[in-house]
Amino acid sequence: MSIFVDDDTRVVVQGITGGEGKFHTEQMIEYGTNVVAGAVPGKGGQSVAGVPVYDTVDQAVEAEDADASVVFVPPAFAGDAVFEALDTDLDLVVAITEGIPTQDMAKVNKRLSETDTRLIGPNCPGIITPGEAKLGILPGNIFESGDVGLVSRSGTLTYQVVSNLTERDIGQTTAIGIGGDPIIGTSFVDALEAFEADTETKAVVMCGEIGGEDEEQAAKYIAENMDTPVAGFIAGRTAPPGKRMGHAGAIVSGSGTGTAESKIDALNDAGVPVGDTPNEVADYIEDFL
Amino acid sequence: MRLHEYQAKQVFADAGIPVPDSRLATTVEEVVEAVSEIGFPAAIKAQVHVGGRGKAGGIKIATDEEEARQYADEILGMDLKGYTVEKVLVESGVDFENELYVGITMDRGEGEPVAMVSTEGGVDIESVAEETPDAIAREHIDPAFGLHPYQARKVVYDAGIPRDVAGDVASILSTLYDLYESKDASEIEINPVMITADREVVAADAVMNIDEDALFRQPDLAEMEDEAAADELEAKANEYGFDYVRLSGNVGIIGNGAGLVMTTLDLVDYYGGEPANFLDIGGGAKAERVANALDMVFSDENVDAVVFNIFGGITRGDEVAKGINEALEQFDEIPKKVVVRLAGTNAEEGMEILNTDLVEVEATLEDAVQQAVENAQEAGQ
Repeated sequence: MSIFVDDDTRVVVQGITGGEGKFHTEQMIEYGTNVVAGAVPGKGGQSVAGVPVYDTVDQAVEAEDADASVVFVPPAFAGDAVFEALDTDLDLVVAITEGIPTQDMAKVNKRLSETDTRLIGPNCPGIITPGEAKLGILPGNIFESGDVGLVSRSGTLTYQVVSNLTERDIGQTTAIGIGGDPIIGTSFVDALEAFEADTETKAVVMCGEIGGEDEEQAAKYIAENMDTPVAGFIAGRTAPPGKRMGHAGAIVSGSGTGTAESKIDALNDAGVPVGDTPNEVADYIEDFL
Repeated sequence: MRLHEYQAKQVFADAGIPVPDSRLATTVEEVVEAVSEIGFPAAIKAQVHVGGRGKAGGIKIATDEEEARQYADEILGMDLKGYTVEKVLVESGVDFENELYVGITMDRGEGEPVAMVSTEGGVDIESVAEETPDAIAREHIDPAFGLHPYQARKVVYDAGIPRDVAGDVASILSTLYDLYESKDASEIEINPVMITADREVVAADAVMNIDEDALFRQPDLAEMEDEAAADELEAKANEYGFDYVRLSGNVGIIGNGAGLVMTTLDLVDYYGGEPANFLDIGGGAKAERVANALDMVFSDENVDAVVFNIFGGITRGDEVAKGINEALEQFDEIPKKVVVRLAGTNAEEGMEILNTDLVEVEATLEDAVQQAVENAQEAGQ
C-alpha cells in the first residue's frame, strides 16, 4: 500500500519542455511513472521523451485521462499553472517550483480550499512510492520499498534520512516532501493522517524545520489520533532569529516563535522521540519495527 | 528583504499616509542643516536593521543645534549590535497624545493575511500579543478580494480606537493593505501611529518587509536591496546568488538544500563546534558555483576549517568534485582545511575524482562534521 500515488497514477507534466521539466520527465519515466502528457502553452503537438504535449492542462487531461500533475513552471508563472491544474479537477497536483511569491500562493490556497484536489508543495522534491511511481525530482535509487512512511519539509534532508534507513534495509511505503514555503498545500497533519490510515505503514519519520507552527500542530495530532509510532527530526537548532535559512518558510521570528526548541518540546510531549542526528532517527525507527 | 525606515516612509508618503517631515543625513553637517530646516525638537534615528534601536542608543531627541551636533556625532559611525550606522533619519518631533499600532502580516497557519490594530502602540507588539492578547483586534483578509472597507472599519472599532480619529486610522489601514498587496510585502507595520494634540494621525515609524521571491516584479524595491545589504559577505552572496547567512563561529559550512545545510550547522554545534555560516549552493550546482562557494567561505576571516556536505539528487557528485579540485588547485597552500562528504547521485565518481592531497574525505555526515570541528579547534589554537 501507499498514500497518494501508485502505479495507476497518470501524470501530466506542466512545463515539460523546459530544461528541468524535460530532464525529470525522463527520470520519472525511467523510474516507472505513468507520464501520459505534457502541458505547455504554445507547444501543443510536440512530443517530449515520447510524451505528447498539449497547449492546456484541460486538453491533456481530456485526451490522456490524467489524474495528477507535476508543475515545473518558473516561479513567475507557477501560481497561474497551479490554478490551471486546480480548475481541471485533478486528484493531485505536485508543485516542485521554488520561489513562488507568497501572495500568489495565498490566492492559490484560497482556491484550493474550494476544490477536492490535493496539492503537494510548492518548493518541494515531490512524492515517491518506491517501486511504483515518483512525481518530482527525488533520486529514485536511494529508496526501497518497505513499511516506513516519511514526510519532510526539505528535499536533501529527506535523502539523508532515507539513505540512513535504506542502509539498514528499512524500506519506505511512501515519502513526501511537503515543501519549504510559508504557504503549502499538504501539511504534516494531512500526511500523518494518510499514513495512519495506511495499513502497511508501520512507522513514520517526520522531518520538520524552524518557522511556522505546523510541527506543533502535527505533535498535537499525533498525541490525539495516532497509533502508528512516529520519530522526528527538526533542522535549524542553530538558526538565528530573523534570518531566512534558505527556505522561504524557514525563519525564526524576531519574537522567538517557530524555534526548533518549541517544535522538539511539542514532539517530545506527544511521545515522539526526536533525533539529534539523522542517523539517530533511523535508530528510533529500527526500534519501532 | 527589510526596507530601512526612511525607505518605507518614502513608500508610505508616496501612497498618501501622513509621515513627519524628515531628511536623510550621512554626516554631522547634513544633520545640522536638516534640523535648521525642520526645527526642534528633532529626532535623530539610526538607519540600521536592528530591533530596539532606541534602547541601544540609536535614537536621540535634540532640542537645539548643539544637541543635534552632539547626537549626530555619537550616532553616525556607532556600532549597533554589529551594524555600523552610516545614515540617520532626521525627523520632526511629533507632539502626541496617543500611540496606536496598525499592521498587516501573513498568517501562515490560515494561509491568508491578517490586519491588526491596537491602542497599545509604541511598545513591542509581540509582547502585547503575549501579555494582553485581547488588546489587539484582528481581521483576516481574503486574498482574492482584498481588505473590504467595512473590515478596515470593523477592526478599528473593535480595537477601541478613539471615534474622532477612527476614520483616519481605517483609511491608513486600507492604504497599508493596498501597499501590502501591490508591493508584495510580507509584513507592513506602523508602530506607533501617533495621534497629535490637533487630533491628526501620523506614522511615526515604518516597517516594511518585502517577499524576496517577488522582487522580480518589484524592480524599484529590488534596487533598494543593495542599499540595505548590511554585511560585505552577504552582499557577495547576493552577487553569486547563494542563500547565505553569516554567523559568529569558525566552522565554514557549504551544502545543498536548506534542510540539509541547517542540519549540518546543527551537527557542528552538536559535536562541540560553532558554525560560521549557512551556505546553500542549491540544486544542480556546476563546478563554477562550487568554486564560488569555497571563495565565499575562505573570504570569511572567522573561518578556521570547512565542511562541504553534498547529498546529490539533481546535484551530481562528479561536478561538485571537479569544482572543489579546480578551486583548490589554484592555491599554493590551501587556506583552510576542507573536509568533503559526497553522497547520492554520482557520489562514487566524485570520490574518485577528488584530489585527496587537497581535501580530507569522510563517508558519513557525522564523521565529516566531527573532523571539521576538530580541524577548526586545531587551527584556532
